[in-house]
Amino acid sequence: MALTSDDMRRLAALARLELTPEAEGPLVTQINGFFDLVAQMNAVDTTRIEPLAHPTDAMGEAVALRLRDDIASEPASEAIRDTNQRSAPAVERGLFLVPKVIE
Amino acid sequence: MSEIHEWRVAELSRQLQAKAVSSVEVTQHLLARAEAHQRLGSFLHLDPDRALAQAKLADAQRRDGHAAPLLGVPMAHKDVFVTEGMPTTAGSKMLAGYQSPFTATVVRRLMEAGTVSLGKLNCDEFAMGSANENSAYGPVKNPWDVTRVPGGSSGGSAAAVAARLVPAATGTDTGGSIRQPAAFCGITGIKPTYGLCSRYGMVAFASSLDQAGPMARSAEDCALLLSAMAGPDLDRDATSLDVPARDFTQTLNQPRAGATPDKPLSGLRVGLPKEFFGAGVSTDVNEAVQAALAQLTALGATLVDISLPRTELSIPVYYIIAPAEASSNLSRFDGVRYGHRAAAYDDLIDMYQKTRSEGFGDEVKRRILIGTYVLSHGYYDAYYLQAQKIRRLIANDFQAAFQQCDVIAGPVAPTVAWHLGEKANDPVASYLADIFTLSISLAGLPGMSVPAGFGEGGMPVGLQLVGNYLKEPELLQTAHQFQQVTSWHTASPKESVL
Amino acid sequence: MSAPAARASLLVNGYEVVIGFETHAQLSTASKIFSRSAVAFGAEPNVHASPVDLALPGALPVMNKGAVERAIQLGLAVNAHVAEKSVFARKNYFYPDLPKGYQISQFEIPVVQGGEVSFFLGDEKKTVRLVRAHLEEDAGKSLHEDAALGGGGQSGIDLNRAGTPLLEIVTEPDIRSTAEAVAYAKELHKIVTWIGICDGNMQEGSFRCDANVSVRKPGAPLGTRREIKNLNSFKFMQQAIDYEIRWQIEQIEDGHAIQQATVLFDPDTGETRAMRTKEDAADYRYFPDPDLPPLVISRDWVDRVRSEMAELPRVMAERFVRDYGLPEYDATTLTQSQAMAAYFEVTAKASGQAKLASNWIMGEVARRLNQDDIDFDAIPVASAQLAALIGRIVDNTISNNAAKQVFDALWQGECEVDAIIEAKGLKQMNDTGALESIIDEVLAGNADNIAQYKAGKDKAFNALVGQVMKASKGKANPAQVNALLKAKLD
Repeated sequence: MALTSDDMRRLAALARLELTPEAEGPLVTQINGFFDLVAQMNAVDTTRIEPLAHPTDAMGEAVALRLRDDIASEPASEAIRDTNQRSAPAVERGLFLVPKVIE
Repeated sequence: MSEIHEWRVAELSRQLQAKAVSSVEVTQHLLARAEAHQRLGSFLHLDPDRALAQAKLADAQRRDGHAAPLLGVPMAHKDVFVTEGMPTTAGSKMLAGYQSPFTATVVRRLMEAGTVSLGKLNCDEFAMGSANENSAYGPVKNPWDVTRVPGGSSGGSAAAVAARLVPAATGTDTGGSIRQPAAFCGITGIKPTYGLCSRYGMVAFASSLDQAGPMARSAEDCALLLSAMAGPDLDRDATSLDVPARDFTQTLNQPRAGATPDKPLSGLRVGLPKEFFGAGVSTDVNEAVQAALAQLTALGATLVDISLPRTELSIPVYYIIAPAEASSNLSRFDGVRYGHRAAAYDDLIDMYQKTRSEGFGDEVKRRILIGTYVLSHGYYDAYYLQAQKIRRLIANDFQAAFQQCDVIAGPVAPTVAWHLGEKANDPVASYLADIFTLSISLAGLPGMSVPAGFGEGGMPVGLQLVGNYLKEPELLQTAHQFQQVTSWHTASPKESVL
Repeated sequence: MSAPAARASLLVNGYEVVIGFETHAQLSTASKIFSRSAVAFGAEPNVHASPVDLALPGALPVMNKGAVERAIQLGLAVNAHVAEKSVFARKNYFYPDLPKGYQISQFEIPVVQGGEVSFFLGDEKKTVRLVRAHLEEDAGKSLHEDAALGGGGQSGIDLNRAGTPLLEIVTEPDIRSTAEAVAYAKELHKIVTWIGICDGNMQEGSFRCDANVSVRKPGAPLGTRREIKNLNSFKFMQQAIDYEIRWQIEQIEDGHAIQQATVLFDPDTGETRAMRTKEDAADYRYFPDPDLPPLVISRDWVDRVRSEMAELPRVMAERFVRDYGLPEYDATTLTQSQAMAAYFEVTAKASGQAKLASNWIMGEVARRLNQDDIDFDAIPVASAQLAALIGRIVDNTISNNAAKQVFDALWQGECEVDAIIEAKGLKQMNDTGALESIIDEVLAGNADNIAQYKAGKDKAFNALVGQVMKASKGKANPAQVNALLKAKLD
């Protein structure tokens, strides 16, 4: 089932992207072109195949998440905060500013 | 004595150690050369003051008796590595002028090993591309023919090394982004086993595929650099392998069991996947690769026919998994804490949409949309989950293959570098060109590109070598021995075309 | 909650109430779940927001062992299965207080699976089944109050809270009344604070409850639910759920269908109101986080945590019933907090009078603590002193009333029970001879009462007892007085 312009607008909204009407058409064509390639995947029998989310999982011994000791060792100061906020578009009194959030 | 910029890392290291030249001299020479070749588009940021300061320090340390192999060796870094004190853009307008408060582990380690950072190198936006035409800061040109692409996404790194602007550079490889540009530009590059190099400080594209690696002009140089880059980063990257750092130069000339001086690769079984030698491969590339394989047999290796039956499937599988992860990884670029923010907007959602639409280029938007789609309700199982299952089958295929061989060999790409603009408006066409590198990334295996001659238009051809997990030493040794009896890696583009 | 009230509310105007809970408990770790920033309240904005918490390019999550340890503790506390292998997933959505544009949570395979929470509603034992408890990261805070921010019309984002470890504890829709809902929440609150994985501060948001409420005619399929978010006190929880139930029934009675919605409770109006719904239907695109391999918990680890865990309130209460012969009600009340339970147990052991100790602690002790608004850990009367006092009641040295005076003195800071009894002259008169002479005097002077008594008026008898007690200045043992009087009159 090929993607329609409506699908594309729904996806764009989910991804917080704005599509110009000019861009939309070619985009739909290109992405549908890609999904023609994807069709061959459906033919593959993957019953009882474990998905591979982490390549390390294919390296033999099963991977386990490494755990860090619970120590608050991150240096914290207003100076460091200001460095971390150096590239922020809008900051006031250490707060990031955004258009009013309504709940 | 040949020109300083002709020296490879190992050679430079020897010259510096012999005090035949100082790091400051080398750095000044290369900075001037980089300045002179701006039109290649390989550098996004040159940092002369910082570089010269590091060079001075390196020279001082050498006077104090320090002799680390990389001490005072200049290099540059792909702009997806965040660097404190140098801007990081990831080739995107989204990060124009971004200043990171910390430095990527890989870059930090190279600096601690004594390297001098000349600056940051151009790349496809967020490392998404195979031609370096997706950079918001303009394309990079191939030093062998400036009307052609250098490959991608580490195109700036490959071009800078090939044009002798730097002896070495860092790159990252998610689906071939080190190997393919290395092949297109006639240099040597290695993508290590997933997890061997820390991802901390790499602007993420696809977290389960991204891997950093060195790009240089010989296997020996790559071994020197990888020795400094690799190693556990357990407190910073949960996917970093707990494998002790090692000196990859030690094994380059280590005699193999039953090997003789004239047959150093005796006993090495080289697997040739029939899927890598089919109709899809252009004649010129195939001929160069065949000649390289003959060279390997001359060195004592034996060739074995193998099969990687799901090679073609790796294209849809990769182009579902990578965009899925990317769509999520790139959500942090929302104009709130850093990076681009639209000038005018009505409300919060409008701010998000305008910011992201202005900040991201077309290919990035395409992949975000594909990724959003394959993860969305009702499509997850058919696309993302099915892709991850086939990914497992692909990884299993390699393990089966490595029962029959020690390394796998084939072309890096079906053709030599294409012309600028040739595939720019046909994303699917450039996806297809990644067919020989994707499956290796999906499995997390180490892969190399080694110069193996020239094809159509006098453009370089790369031989791809793939090893099993953590078999970097075997890969580097094979490539090194190959380079002892070939000179493809020493060929350099004509100065006149640059 | 009184039992009758609970029973009455099981059907509301002929509707059955169905409630499920989602509780977010902030875990009492020193550092955040995926970064090494301190978990700290009230700091300057964004001072405890590291590159990981800010989702700066290149930053990666690394899991905090302390958070996992606490998840295991909860799993054991509610008799749940602690998963050998659980998976972190990304929940994708855009919001300014969510720096990465996704929340790292657990979706298909949570760390704690199943389990149950039991509690008393009046004298009735209730059990609520748990679906799961999963680990996830908290979001930051959006501040809208400051109108001056950025020259107005702006919200400020503070990410100090972002990355605070949370356990989201989800129940089956087993709850059938507001009373049960509040009792469940109180019991869960008791458990997490008892085992020390959460400070339980509801005002500061360390223990946030969301209630999914729906109503239906008995036997009908489940009604459409509305989720009441962020109930940050038990009082509001009660009001909000009561209001929501009434509101839903009214809607249905008026022929309106209930629309699924997320609602907020407004303490000022006492009403719930639907939150502004986002323009695109939520599609969180969950997928396994590629930055985090699966969380693997060895059986050894679970066993170690079990061996190091304090006795749970439920287990302790059962033991009090078994070992001290206390009624369920006493046992449950005494296990409200570790301090109270410990105070009881020491007193009971030292005095050998468990029931008396229980009565005193639930009665006089609780009353005084309340009055002075202090906690068991700050109680001025040592359990040894209370035990000594109880001892003197049992051996008839003092009467209950006298004991209250002694307790008062102890509360004021005097320490020696017997010394107090002496000083205040509270000893009971147990000497029969002396008592008999007092009784004779009283009888001599109260002929009319005697007459009335013989005429069958019990009141008259009590009057005589009162006279005797008075004459003995309260030192006579009332039981003894009764006995002797009866002997003389009958």
